[in-house]
Amino acid sequence: MDSNMKRNLILDNYQNPVNRGIPKDNSYKKVNSKNESCVDNIDVAAKIVDGKIEDIKFDGDACAICTSASSVMTKELKGKTLKEAKAIIRNYQNMINELPYDEDSLGELNIYNEVYKQPSRKNCALLPMSSISKIIDSVE
Amino acid sequence: MLNREDFEILNDGLIYFDNAATTMKPRCVVDSIVEYYTKYTANAHRGDYDNSLRVDKKYEGVREKVKNFINADSVKEIIFTKGSTESFNMIIFGFMSVYLKKGDEVLLTKGEHASNVLPWLNLSKKIGFNIKYIELDENYRVTLDAVKKNISDKTKVISLAHITNAIGDVRPIEEIGKLCLENDILFVLDATQSIGHLKIDVKKYNISFMGFSAHKMLGPTGVGVLYGKEEILENLVPIEYGGGMNTAFSSDGYYEIKSLPARLEAGTRNIAGVIGMGSAIDYLTSVGMDKIHNYEMELKKYLINRMKSIPNIKLYNEDNDSGVLLFNVGNYFSQDVAIYLNQFKICIRAGNHCAKMLHEVICSSNTCRVSLYLYNNKEEIDKLVDALMNQDKILDTLV
Ligand SMILES: Cc1ncc(COP(=O)(O)O)c(C=O)c1O
Repeated sequence: MDSNMKRNLILDNYQNPVNRGIPKDNSYKKVNSKNESCVDNIDVAAKIVDGKIEDIKFDGDACAICTSASSVMTKELKGKTLKEAKAIIRNYQNMINELPYDEDSLGELNIYNEVYKQPSRKNCALLPMSSISKIIDSVE
Repeated sequence: MLNREDFEILNDGLIYFDNAATTMKPRCVVDSIVEYYTKYTANAHRGDYDNSLRVDKKYEGVREKVKNFINADSVKEIIFTKGSTESFNMIIFGFMSVYLKKGDEVLLTKGEHASNVLPWLNLSKKIGFNIKYIELDENYRVTLDAVKKNISDKTKVISLAHITNAIGDVRPIEEIGKLCLENDILFVLDATQSIGHLKIDVKKYNISFMGFSAHKMLGPTGVGVLYGKEEILENLVPIEYGGGMNTAFSSDGYYEIKSLPARLEAGTRNIAGVIGMGSAIDYLTSVGMDKIHNYEMELKKYLINRMKSIPNIKLYNEDNDSGVLLFNVGNYFSQDVAIYLNQFKICIRAGNHCAKMLHEVICSSNTCRVSLYLYNNKEEIDKLVDALMNQDKILDTLV
């Protein structure tokens, strides 16, 4: 995928994010994450049933990378088992941190494969994943 | 611009608009530090040889310079610290921890920097004094009326920034100082954002304690000042103990501590930093604080006029008397704007500027901030405005 296409997909997810808005529903577990180095501030909420992410939503005030990555993440993780989700999260984190990773498991999340070139953006891209990780850890 | 040629770092097209975070250093400041490290390195107050005596003279000479710069009564009132944060922690944990009692009231505002909030929050949990926040007006400013309204017979301390880093409003400190005097209230001033921009007179403003950092006034990082009125500072209990601050100690537990200011300067100090700060004070004095302020105000006026020509721009604090301007462009997130401007070597700050309670008052918690200083000029402002005119390019830097 060329940079232009990636940019357009990021922009689209920023301007028209999916799964935005957190339901007032106790069956969702919610975690807030703040970026220590900037000001991204997002909530992620997931409904986990029988070891599967049945639904996942996010909300918050964040930059284009963080907001769009939250949107794409919810798309990629919805319906996955916790085991699958954890593999995706690890692969994604490795991609952002320039470690070996499995591209095939990441789907649309591959549009962030050049974020490492802008170190100040790395934490923005990682923030939503750290929230869902916390949720998964809390149920396991 | 004033004296731009003294700031080598600006020669390569760097446009530095983040002066509320830290400032650039003129050649003379750097030279004075290098000179200490290459020509006369020694510890202070420790030896009988030439270099050590030279260090003493330099180090204590800076105390004299600071005293004159802020019009204090005595060099005993000037303590060298790591910077504002340490100064505030000393004031609050070394003095207020003894002075304040349960039920007393301390007045702050929601626009204060973390270093003038968190130590108070921490201590109030231990002691049980109450923190009240003086309401800000619709332009996020502190009015004298609002201060008066909050003063009660329980009010013991008012602790405020002279200029806030997030909004850049200049507080009416002369009048507040007068109120404090009339009501027997201690006045703690956070001069971090003002010390390099406005003339400060601790006596005229009836200041009890004050803190500032050298790095925001053209000096080096890691050094700053705690000022305290002598009779009050006498009662500040050291929070650090060690060499340089004692006169005697023995194995039976006896120890005796020195008088001011040495008592509050335990351990080997940041000597190079102090010397650099002295050089920064000389530099500011030679340019003239009034001249610096007037120039900044002229630039600010130009900045506002030019910024207003940008479509979808929102300015938050046009009419304050400092070089700080907050803005947002359309719905762009502040950090996206800052990263976009970085391509043009334009440095601005995005975020909530360490005043994290302010979002309780200001509707947008995230803003872009331009903060000016003497070396900025109109051409730099033109470049900023040109870049912001091309708004549709802001998100091009995503990949
Ligand atoms: C108003 C204000 N107070 C205090 C501080 C803390 O200064 P330092 O980090 O140098 O200790 C700052 C720094 O940004 C500030 O702007």
